[in-house]
Amino acid sequence: MLQRWFNQAVERSQLNAGAAIAGAPNTLGLCVARDEWRQAAADMAAGGGRLLALWASRDGARGNIVRAAYVADAGALILSLPLGPGQADYPGIESWFSSAARMQRAVADLSGLASSDPDTRPWLRHAAWPQSYYPLVHAAAPPSALPVAGHYAFVPVQGDGVHEIPVGPVHAGVIEPGHFRFSVVGEKVLRLEERLGYVHKGIERRFTEFALLEGQRLAARVSGDSAVGFSWAYCQALEGMAQAHVPARAVWLRALALELERLANHLGDIGAVGNDAGFAFGLAQFSRLKERLLRAAEAALGQRYLMDFIVPGGTRVDLAADGAALLIECIDALGAEVDTLHTIYDEHAGLRDRFVGAGIVTPALAAKLGLCGLAGRASGQAFDLRCDLPCDPYGELAVNKCVRAEGDVAARVAVRFDEAGESARLLRRLLSHLPPGAHRVDVSIPDEGAMGVGLIEGWRGPILLALEAGAEGMIGRCHPHDPSWQNWPVIEHAVIDNIVPDFPLINKSFNLSYSGHDL
Amino acid sequence: MLKTLRQIGRIGIITESAPPVDDSMRVADALQSQILAVMGRALCIRAVDAGSCNGCELEIHALNNPLYNLEGLGVRFVASPRHADLLLVTGPVAKNMQAALTLTYQATPDPKLVVAIGDCGCTGGIFGESYASLGRVSNVIPVDVTVPGCPPSPRRILSGILTAISKAVPDNARLRSAQT
Repeated sequence: MLQRWFNQAVERSQLNAGAAIAGAPNTLGLCVARDEWRQAAADMAAGGGRLLALWASRDGARGNIVRAAYVADAGALILSLPLGPGQADYPGIESWFSSAARMQRAVADLSGLASSDPDTRPWLRHAAWPQSYYPLVHAAAPPSALPVAGHYAFVPVQGDGVHEIPVGPVHAGVIEPGHFRFSVVGEKVLRLEERLGYVHKGIERRFTEFALLEGQRLAARVSGDSAVGFSWAYCQALEGMAQAHVPARAVWLRALALELERLANHLGDIGAVGNDAGFAFGLAQFSRLKERLLRAAEAALGQRYLMDFIVPGGTRVDLAADGAALLIECIDALGAEVDTLHTIYDEHAGLRDRFVGAGIVTPALAAKLGLCGLAGRASGQAFDLRCDLPCDPYGELAVNKCVRAEGDVAARVAVRFDEAGESARLLRRLLSHLPPGAHRVDVSIPDEGAMGVGLIEGWRGPILLALEAGAEGMIGRCHPHDPSWQNWPVIEHAVIDNIVPDFPLINKSFNLSYSGHDL
Repeated sequence: MLKTLRQIGRIGIITESAPPVDDSMRVADALQSQILAVMGRALCIRAVDAGSCNGCELEIHALNNPLYNLEGLGVRFVASPRHADLLLVTGPVAKNMQAALTLTYQATPDPKLVVAIGDCGCTGGIFGESYASLGRVSNVIPVDVTVPGCPPSPRRILSGILTAISKAVPDNARLRSAQT
C-alpha cells in the first residue's frame, strides 16, 4: 500500500520531470486530491512510514497548498494538496500521525487554513496578533494588539487531591522559555500539558525578506545548537534547485562541521543530565571537554559555533592549514577522557538509580507517537537519515546506527555516549581522507516557482527544510522543521507516573528545541 | 568514588584569568555607585531568554565551566528574579515573551542592572522587528550594558557582566592602575 504512493510518484515523475523534488536524495513529490490526502496518511502509517513535517504555502494567486513530508524505506515523499480559491479547510491526519495535531494548529495560526481535526486551540498565536490576521498571508503589519496573556484552555484533571503546578515560561535556569502545566497527586504526575510558542519570532515570514543566496544565515539561527544542520539543509535544497555541483571537499567539510556539532552537543548534554541528577562533577568535566572541542573548532574552522560556516555552493572558509592535525589531536584526547568518565557514569550507583527506569517511552509507544532522532533511537526506533537516506558523503562513510530499546533516561544517555564515539570515528576519517580541491563554487539563482527540500540528520534528529523560490532572487517560502515538533508531545507521555522532581532530568535527557519549534 | 576523586585531582584547577572591563559596552551608569555600595562584586544573575535562537544560552552556559568559572568571581545564576541583582537578557524580544520579560523585570528588586546579550538583544539582530518580534531588549526594559556578537564568546559575556558591576571610566581606570 505504501509502495503504491511511491510508484505513483515515480510514474508521474517520468511523465513530468517537475515531480522529482530537488535537493535531498531520493525525494519525490506527488500532488493528491482531497479524498486521497487521508488515504495516503493511512497507508503511510500502515506501512511504517514516518511523518516528517506538515506545512502550508501559497500557490501564486490561485490559492493555498497544504504539504506533508513522509519518509519510508523507499525514500522521502512530499505530498501536496492544493486547495481551491476561497477554500480554507482540509482533512486532518491526526488519527494516523498524532504529531500532526500541533503542526495543523500552527498552519491555522499562520496561514488561516483549518484542519478537520478536533483540537482547534491556537498554538503559536498567543495574543500578539488577532485571530483574523494570518502572518504568512497578509503582507501588512497586524492591527495593533497588546500582548496580554490570553486564556488558554488546558485540559483539566479532576479528582480527590489533584492539583495543578504551573511552570514557566521563564524557567529556573539558563533555558529557553515554555510553559508546563502539571496535574499531580502528591509527587506523582498524572498529566503534563505543554504550552509552547513563547519564542515565536516570525522566522517563516522573515525568510521572505531574504535573498535566496543569503537565507542560510537565517536558517542557521532557527535553533542555535543546530546551526550546521539547518544551514546545510537550506543549502542542500537551494543547490538542488539551482542544479549546482558542490565540490567533494565542501561536502566533506560540511560533514566535518555536522559531526563536530553533534559531538559538542552530546558532550554538553551528558554533563547536564548528570548535573540534573545531582552529579555536579559530571557537568564540570563534560563542560570542560566541550569547551576544549569548541576552541579547537574555532582554531580549525573559524567559529566556536559554526553559524556561518555553510554557504550556498560550499563552505565560507577552508580548513585552516594546521586544522586537521589540531582537530585529530583534540578528538584523540577527548576520546580517552570520555572513556574514563563513561566508566564513572556507569559505575555510579546514585546516577544509575536516577537514570534507570525514569521517563520510559517503550518502543511500541515511540512508534505510535512518531518519536524520532536521538530520543527515538533510544526507544528502538532504528531510523537515522545518515544511514537510511544518506546524502553525500554519508553513503561512503557507512555510519553505524546507535540504537537502544529501554527508552529511559539511561538509554538516552547511552545513545549519546555511543553516538559521541561514532562521531569521533567519523571525524577522524573525514579529517584523514579530506578530498583536495575547491571548497566553494558559485551558485546561480533558481527560477521563480522552483522548489527544493533539504534533509539532514542533525544531532537531535531529522531536520527538514522546504524552500520555494520567489521573484527577483528572493525567497518565496521557506519552512524549516525541527524534529522537536514530533518529540515534544512524547515528553507528555514520558513523565506520566514519574515524580515531579524527575521532570527536569527527563526533559533534559530529550533536550528539545523551543526556538526551532516556535519559529 | 576513587576514580571520581582521582579525576578531580588529575585535572586540578584550570580556571583562566577574567577578561578586563570594557567600557565600550556601557550604555548607562546611573546606578553604579549605589549598586557597588550594596553588593560589591557578589552578584546574583537571573538569565531570561526573551526569544533567542538558543545560541547565546550555549555561551552563557559556558561561563559556568571550570575554565571561565563565573562562581569563582563571586557571580552566580539564581532561580528567581526575586533573588537577582542583574538580568541577563537574550534574544529579540518575542511579542509572546513581552509580558513575561516585563514581569520578571518588575519582580527583580531595586537597584538592578540589565545586560543585553547578543546581536539580537542589542539591535534586534537578524530577526529585527516584525508582527511577532519587538526587536532589541531596550525597546521593552531599560538596559545598562550591551554585549554584541552572534553569539558573543564567553569572555565577551563575562567582560560585559564585569563591566556592569564596575564603576564607570575614571574610577575604573584608577582601580586598574591600583591593581598593577
